[in-house]
Amino acid sequence: MGLLARRNLFHDKVRFAVTLTGIVFALVLIIIQFGLFLGFTSTTSNNIDHSGADLWVVFHGVGYFDTGRNFSERKFYQVLSTPGVERAEKYMQAFGRWKRPDGREENVQVIGFHPGSGLGEPWNVVQGSTADLRQEDSVLVDELYREKLGVQKIGDRVEIGDHRARVVGFTRGIRSFTTSPFVYATFKNSLDYTNPTSTEDQTAYILVKAATGVAPKELKRRLNRRLRDVDVYTTAEFSTKTRFYWMFTTGAGLAVLTAALMGLIVGVAVVAQTIYAATMDHIREYGTLKAMGATNRYLYRVLIEQAVWSAVLGYGLAMVVAHFIVQGSEKGGAVILMPWSMSAGMLVLAGVMCIAAALVSINKVTKIDPAMVFRG
Amino acid sequence: MRHEQAGEMIRAKGLSKIYREGKTELRALHGVDLDVRAGELTLLMGPSGSGKTTLLSILGCILRATEGKLELLGEDVGALPESELPRIRREAIGFVFQGFNLFPTLTALENVELSLDVRGTRGAAAKKRAGELLNEVGLLEKAQSFPADLSGGQKQRVAIARALAGNPPILLADEPTAALDSTSGRTVIELLQRLAREDGRAVVIVTHDPRVLTFGNRIIYLEDGRILKEEKNPGNRVEEAAFLELPAARMISNQFSTVGEKGARP
Repeated sequence: MGLLARRNLFHDKVRFAVTLTGIVFALVLIIIQFGLFLGFTSTTSNNIDHSGADLWVVFHGVGYFDTGRNFSERKFYQVLSTPGVERAEKYMQAFGRWKRPDGREENVQVIGFHPGSGLGEPWNVVQGSTADLRQEDSVLVDELYREKLGVQKIGDRVEIGDHRARVVGFTRGIRSFTTSPFVYATFKNSLDYTNPTSTEDQTAYILVKAATGVAPKELKRRLNRRLRDVDVYTTAEFSTKTRFYWMFTTGAGLAVLTAALMGLIVGVAVVAQTIYAATMDHIREYGTLKAMGATNRYLYRVLIEQAVWSAVLGYGLAMVVAHFIVQGSEKGGAVILMPWSMSAGMLVLAGVMCIAAALVSINKVTKIDPAMVFRG
Repeated sequence: MRHEQAGEMIRAKGLSKIYREGKTELRALHGVDLDVRAGELTLLMGPSGSGKTTLLSILGCILRATEGKLELLGEDVGALPESELPRIRREAIGFVFQGFNLFPTLTALENVELSLDVRGTRGAAAKKRAGELLNEVGLLEKAQSFPADLSGGQKQRVAIARALAGNPPILLADEPTAALDSTSGRTVIELLQRLAREDGRAVVIVTHDPRVLTFGNRIIYLEDGRILKEEKNPGNRVEEAAFLELPAARMISNQFSTVGEKGARP
């Protein structure tokens, strides 16, 4: 039956090319949409996920990153004095106005942290270093935003919130989900850049590292007992809350997922149509097989094998196309992520899509009257 | 491979078939009795709509009779559930079709292999057996040819090899020579005759083709779903047989004679 499945599939090369095109189109569309979804999702929480902290202490009611509210640093000392805390650092995130060298202005998100603390630091620093931020009025930005921010090299000077700032380094691949790029500075400088009236005795977040042997969840309970008017989240919890907010509360993620679903539906429809047309072309042969004593199960296996071949070959081609698209996205503002789990999932999805498409044909073949072989 | 089973391979008693569509009923067969013995080549003849193909379909377990009893190799197939009929078709019956019904995307050898595959024989064993069957019909040298590259007669011989894949004791053929020239038609009918005589199979052929009349052990003439006449061992007497006095048979015979005179068909 394998031979018949393959020959029926490959015999009409034009039809097979159409089938493959449909599958590849659908899969690439799904990969791009899901990849964008993953990329966006990852972007929304990238500072949390790379913070190196076990716990985040935030103002009560702050549900996600990007909207931190300042609170008294008394909490910071309360955290520090809590048994099981190895290290704690103040951390800022606030929007600011970036004035380019050519005078144009851009919104930025300024992240303030303590260089060398190992908590809340930028990652993938490809030029300069976080230690350089100890220099006066210095900032790190991502190389993706060189053009947007009007800076090209280390040493370029700008203004943030009417304060002088000098670029001392670049990161690679730290995107912002909002249109405002991240700008990394020391905690003190970040206050100057974003809210000159605020003082160092305030913070928007406290990043906490649990001592060795202390479970973050246990430390979270301890902190919740000691602290008032703040919420304590594990890093994973705060990351999830932030991702959920941006992806689902704002509807951004739903739009992307809907597009992915559309890709799936289009894919099933195209593949179903082509497999059905191929089945109808060979309907007399299926009737002959039935007359020869082939069971419905035998015929299903022929159709399923055709579907699986279509899926595997379509998947292979789709992965090649997707690979180039994903690579290309790394240089753009919206990254498309394709982790191995998604690649594997796509193979399963391709199989399911093609088999679901074959069900229409299976239904047809089930109803074939073998007596048709005696009709002219 | 000779079939040792003697006696009646097909026993049909009172077979009737009614086709129903909505409130309309069409009675295609009326109480047909038919026994076919091992080694016997039986020809079913009659005008269009006489019930030949319906009878062949019922004998081949493709259709079920509305009434009557059918035994194949002593097994009451009417009593079997629908799901058992494919097994009967695989084990007991080989089909040969007017239009050959070969799979155009498969070679001659693969067409026969596919029939073996349906019956559970695969791989090297299937390839070997398919080669033997093609050899039996004299087409081993065409094993790698696709149907499109074969003549009508060769296609029908491949179809016969395919029908023999399950070594069925019963062969049912629907107009096997209708699409063939006289030489090819003769080769095919001789092959079917040999399969009956030498292998001890029961061969039933539906035909309009008067060229094959001399090859049958019996000719059964159907009209309006009833057996109108039966001629045993017609041999060369067939041209003068009373069989030909039947109006429809005469029409068939005349039709072929006319075409033959024009040179289109011998």
